[in-house]
Amino acid sequence: MSDEEDIILSELNDEELVQQMFDDLYDGMKEEIEEAVNILLERGWAPYDILTKALVGGMTIVGHDFRDGILFVPEVLLAANAMKGGMTILKPLLAETGAPRMGKMVIGTVKGDIHDIGKNLVSMMMEGAGFEVVDLGINNAVEAYLEALEAEQPDILGMSALLTTTMPYMKVVIDTMVEQGLRDDYIVLVGGAPLNEEFGKAIGADAYCRDAAVAVETAKAFVARKHNQLSA
Amino acid sequence: MMKQPDDTTLTEQGLAPQGRGRVLLIACGALAREILALKALNGWDHMDLTCLPAILHNHPEKIAGAARAVIEKHRADYDRLFLVYADCGTGGALERLCAETGVGMIPGPHCYSFFTGNAAFAAAAKDEITAFYLTDFLTRQFDAFVWHPLGLDRHPDLREAYFGHYTKLVYLAQTDDPALTAKAESCAARLGLAYERRFTGYGDLVTVLAELG
Repeated sequence: MSDEEDIILSELNDEELVQQMFDDLYDGMKEEIEEAVNILLERGWAPYDILTKALVGGMTIVGHDFRDGILFVPEVLLAANAMKGGMTILKPLLAETGAPRMGKMVIGTVKGDIHDIGKNLVSMMMEGAGFEVVDLGINNAVEAYLEALEAEQPDILGMSALLTTTMPYMKVVIDTMVEQGLRDDYIVLVGGAPLNEEFGKAIGADAYCRDAAVAVETAKAFVARKHNQLSA
Repeated sequence: MMKQPDDTTLTEQGLAPQGRGRVLLIACGALAREILALKALNGWDHMDLTCLPAILHNHPEKIAGAARAVIEKHRADYDRLFLVYADCGTGGALERLCAETGVGMIPGPHCYSFFTGNAAFAAAAKDEITAFYLTDFLTRQFDAFVWHPLGLDRHPDLREAYFGHYTKLVYLAQTDDPALTAKAESCAARLGLAYERRFTGYGDLVTVLAELG
């Protein structure tokens, strides 16, 4: 056995353990992440700190390396699966411990489209950043979006599409929101492989987000602006 | 008649033109065999063919830039250039390139559609959004285009993340080839999907190319 395989997580100090979690997330090692999260909880770490400093911190590295072409989709999925393992432990504790709330998002893949890998990554990273996420899943008609907006009253509507043939449906949703006088009540973010900034502008979205990290930063910026406007 | 290019070369490198003919077809490597078959069948000696690497199919954001480079390189050498691509996941980038350069292209969203016939595909597609399509080329190159790039060779447990919402694999067959039919069926089994074979022939590809005088 190599030295690497002999690492005993509980024997690492906090700093070393977080560093090891970055490595384990990068390598998609779900069980190790779950074990490390439990160790940090036992050491008295706040769930929110574990989430942001260890999990989101590690996933941010994964996101950068994906953007830069160093990692590819399979590795990102494995890392996301590992992070999900950690988040499953933390999620009930976050609510109990009064973790900061950034806002609320309703998200879904548009009608005619069953692809959800990107959307799921965005959901997870948004949750990691402190947003409450209501995920509508795949193949959503305009009615499903509008019902969710009515029921959930989110700050943000997120729409995803992977196909050139389905991405125009985002405009159907936004146009319907305009018709019903709802458009300005929500921040509308769109994403998906065939989209670009120009398309986002053309359909009347607030922003196109090229990946999950950009989605989080864009959401934070828009929500802060919205709060500033409200308090002005 | 030119030698049949092999699939690995078409996937990774594409195909250089022969330098003969008035019309240069700039195609996806995944269409090379079909175009060469149609050329031979119809005696389209006025057409020359060059192909971009077919694996760009997995990186559609790179297709328009690669096509532009070929257009610029060969524009002066032929009377007419024609892009044998549909939109192919480029989000309109190829259409914009064609509008800018005056080069024609195939109408429709992708090769699954124009092989089926764009009108027929559009009519059927909305009722089968959970179908995963393969053509002859993609069946032959299933490992290079699907299995390996998605990491399913290394992490078979990712199958659910990629294909959990799909229900069937539809093999759109350009030719009647029992070996390919068997392979497509085995691809469906590997993905855990139901299997359906649909013979398309060359669909709209024939009519579009026939109009290139």
